Amino acid sequence: MSARRHPLLIPILIALTLLAALGSLTLGAVPLSPARIFAVVTGGGDEVARAILIDLRLPRMLLGLVVGAMLGLSGAALQGYLRNPLAEPSVLGASNAAALGAVCALYFGLSHIHPLILPVLAIATSFAAIGALFLLAGPSESPLTLILAGIAVATLAGAGIALSLNLSPNPFAAMEIMSWLMGSLENRSYAHVWMALPCVAIGAALLIADGRSLDALTLGEEGAQALGVDLRTARLRMMLGVAIGVGGAVAVSGAIGFVGLIVPHLVRPLTDRSPSAILIPSLLGGAALLTLADIGVRLIPTSNELKLGVLTALLGVPVFLVHLMRERRLW
Amino acid sequence: MVTIRSRDLVVRLGRHVAISSVSTLLEPGQLVGIIGPNGAGKSTLIRALLGLVRPESGDVWIDDSAIGGLSRKDIARRVAYLPQGQTLHWPLLVERLVALGRMPHLGPLSRLSEQDEAIVDAALSRADVLHLKGRIATELSGGERARVLLARALAVGAPALIADEPLAALDPGHQIDVMDLLKAEARAGSLVVTVLHDLGMAARYCDRLLLMDKGRLVADGKPMEVLTEQSLAEVYGISACIEVDGDWPLILPTGRIKN
Repeated sequence: MSARRHPLLIPILIALTLLAALGSLTLGAVPLSPARIFAVVTGGGDEVARAILIDLRLPRMLLGLVVGAMLGLSGAALQGYLRNPLAEPSVLGASNAAALGAVCALYFGLSHIHPLILPVLAIATSFAAIGALFLLAGPSESPLTLILAGIAVATLAGAGIALSLNLSPNPFAAMEIMSWLMGSLENRSYAHVWMALPCVAIGAALLIADGRSLDALTLGEEGAQALGVDLRTARLRMMLGVAIGVGGAVAVSGAIGFVGLIVPHLVRPLTDRSPSAILIPSLLGGAALLTLADIGVRLIPTSNELKLGVLTALLGVPVFLVHLMRERRLW
Repeated sequence: MVTIRSRDLVVRLGRHVAISSVSTLLEPGQLVGIIGPNGAGKSTLIRALLGLVRPESGDVWIDDSAIGGLSRKDIARRVAYLPQGQTLHWPLLVERLVALGRMPHLGPLSRLSEQDEAIVDAALSRADVLHLKGRIATELSGGERARVLLARALAVGAPALIADEPLAALDPGHQIDVMDLLKAEARAGSLVVTVLHDLGMAARYCDRLLLMDKGRLVADGKPMEVLTEQSLAEVYGISACIEVDGDWPLILPTGRIKN
């Protein structure tokens, strides 16, 4: 087993991401011939092809990349910070809180007034959740207090979501909420892209800036401090990065699970296994995986379009089975 | 060259007073051993000297700066720390792990320079683990791992080194190697402070011993002055046979004193 970074890891992941992006533009329910696509790209093309490519597939592709990148990166950063390979983006409660905001928008019918009220409310509640996280976790340096505070916030938001389902006036309203919660990139516009992109950019920058502190945490908290790491700053960046980035991503896509959990596991064996070394590969891998999964839901023939969150959950199972088998030395 | 001072240091962990009123001056060029029974406050004292626990009262200075006014990075460059029985959370390569020691010297975004890598290699060979460079640290034996972690602390290249029980998990040969190494560091002008349980090693190698009991510093001086039949009986509750071999005492614990 090699423990050094595979020299081609980053180039291969970039190529895979570009390929996924290209696939996302060219594959879909309506078949478009390469000639028609080429015509649109060069500025010409017919009306229908233009509408499908520029107004439907391009924003969907961009959101797949942006949301997937954030989920992959935040999973990798949290696994490093918490020194727990089972950590994932929802662990600090940001994704549940964002989902609660979205569910409120659906429950009170606000999303019918204007479709962007939903993501705005989702981002607002995920910011409120950071505030609650600060109050609950306090200034302590232990990751345990952060997990406990995150669980408290996530559970409260989960209870709110369950309450809205419980009280929903009719089955259709409940269905609308359920279907949003499953996560999807269907029918998203550029407004969604412009809303998610800045959040994800800020979140990603904060998490990547923490890379070196995460490496030092391999030696535990005191070991990291003795290497000059200011744990409070590191923790602040981690909390803000996850809340802003994941909050922004979930606001436009719904809760898409497992990407943040499995991508770090997929790339880790190809790196030197230090927490900082998996950050960028997880960002790229998350973008590629979610975009590919989104192509999958469009191509798999089902009566209703398959929800993205359902497919990623299904993908998560074999990855964990492989890890389990390795752990039990059956492989 | 670094001097660490404490004055009337009191540390409380929860309700328990772990350190009460410890004043000491630790000067460069010395190998200082901290000894005492379990729970005497040895580890807490060195954590307080590193600013890792906040004292309830009293102060710690590194050279002329109060520790509260120094950033973690400032402290990290001046004092290297080898914690007790460190857990490793990820299966890193030995060379990658030891290179973490260079972190206090790196600017944001900069990578290890050739000079940093030379320092890492030197630290690996001084701790006698250069041959383990390409191995995965979590797959090493306890003794190998302890020496790799010592190399990590040496790689910091700080003028002071504080090591908490560096001899635990080592066979007698490697115990002697590590003590020789710590002594050589001190002779080269560093301040080396180490918590020890082996009184024989403490007596044989240290220039000065601090004997702790119930959070207090009960004796401070040359091994011959600190390790007496009376102090061993009072602090450890043991009877011991003490012989003098040239300049240092030989200590053989012979039994438990029952009160």
